Amino acid sequence: MSKITHHIPEEMLRAYAAGTLPQPFAVVIAAHVSLCDACRASVETEAALGGALLSELAPAGLDEGARDRLFAALDTAVPPPPPLRGSGIFPAPVMEALKGQPPRWKMLGGGIRQQILSADGEGSLRLLYIPRGRAVPEHSHGGLELTLVLQGSFSDCEGRFAAGDVEVASDDLDHQPIAGDEGPCICLAATDAPLRFRAMIPRLLQPLFRI
Amino acid sequence: MSLDGRLTSPEARDAFLPEAPGSVSMVMHRRKSKETCVTPAERTEQTQWLLAVRDARDREAFGRLFDFFAPRLKAMLLRSGLRDGSAEDVVQDVMLSVWNKAAQFDPHRAEASAWIYRIARNRQIDLYRRRPLPEPELVQEPESAEPDAAQILAMAQEAAQLRAALRNLSPEQTEALRHAYMDELPHSEISRITGLPLGTIKSRIRLGLDRLRRDLSDLRSR
Ligand SMILES: [Zn+2]
Repeated sequence: MSKITHHIPEEMLRAYAAGTLPQPFAVVIAAHVSLCDACRASVETEAALGGALLSELAPAGLDEGARDRLFAALDTAVPPPPPLRGSGIFPAPVMEALKGQPPRWKMLGGGIRQQILSADGEGSLRLLYIPRGRAVPEHSHGGLELTLVLQGSFSDCEGRFAAGDVEVASDDLDHQPIAGDEGPCICLAATDAPLRFRAMIPRLLQPLFRI
Repeated sequence: MSLDGRLTSPEARDAFLPEAPGSVSMVMHRRKSKETCVTPAERTEQTQWLLAVRDARDREAFGRLFDFFAPRLKAMLLRSGLRDGSAEDVVQDVMLSVWNKAAQFDPHRAEASAWIYRIARNRQIDLYRRRPLPEPELVQEPESAEPDAAQILAMAQEAAQLRAALRNLSPEQTEALRHAYMDELPHSEISRITGLPLGTIKSRIRLGLDRLRRDLSDLRSR
């Protein structure tokens, strides 16, 4: 994936590494970093700085038995199972969110499908399938929205987003993404607030669709 | 520590949107970089120890890693507000992960300190999140790949340079970086603790990082 042009803003990468982002955003960022050498390099540069700060820290005194306790534990240490691998267009963090299963799409109308991966107080995470040339209903959202393209592409007022690209949309952006002509567009979308679609689905029905 | 509502303030959200070009002050006065004599040897040694643990399950090497990192990890955990006993337990956890996950260590991309920091940081984060932090997929190196000594050395040199650059920062800048990298503090809380406005803290962190990065790129272009 060498042609990624839309990345995670640095501040957000930093907040991800600090563990302070809502879970849905953290999954999108982990998925993007899985695909993007540039952002992976940023995360690792940050870790280099963390490592340097750690090395320069004044050591604290350890319990007397700490070393022996650890060495005793090595004998019985059971290595953790290897982390999940990616599959097809889904990098490991998405497979993790899918619990290792292929997506189970729900029809939304107009050929658009979605699978909600999580929806709770931290926001929502879902996979979206948009047929070629089709528009996602115009919507605005109460918070921040992150959309990672996994397959195909979409375009909106902010530009064209292809596989690996992430769009960061604030609540004042009224955008209408349209899937590219090369085929269906599959995205991973996260919000920290419920979406509000303008048309197509009346507000009252939103809880039913959980969007 | 409750992090509920951590993204609810507009400033917190705006912090994640791409900034207008030129909004970050680039007009920073570069302190004359003293020709610090940096010897990466010591840290290359740490990486060698970790490689010995990875490839030969070498317990003596692991003991050396423990002797260097465990007391510093404990210091990091104490900073973040853990009590002494809990900090000891987490140090045990982290060092055990170092032993268990050593196979994932790639010296071409990280020094031992960076790799261990990340394990510790993620463990620290897991302590206060309800769910584990989603992690990027591991890079799969081809089985046949030979270690590239020059690349590993370059990594050690850059890390040494980074530490040298750290020592050139003002105490306030270093402390702001420690807050961001060692404590469980989202940026919006740093201001509450230090009494500094958020903008100042953020620019201070960025200033620190920019400075570090420039020092690093100086090294690369030499
Ligand atoms: Zn990227």
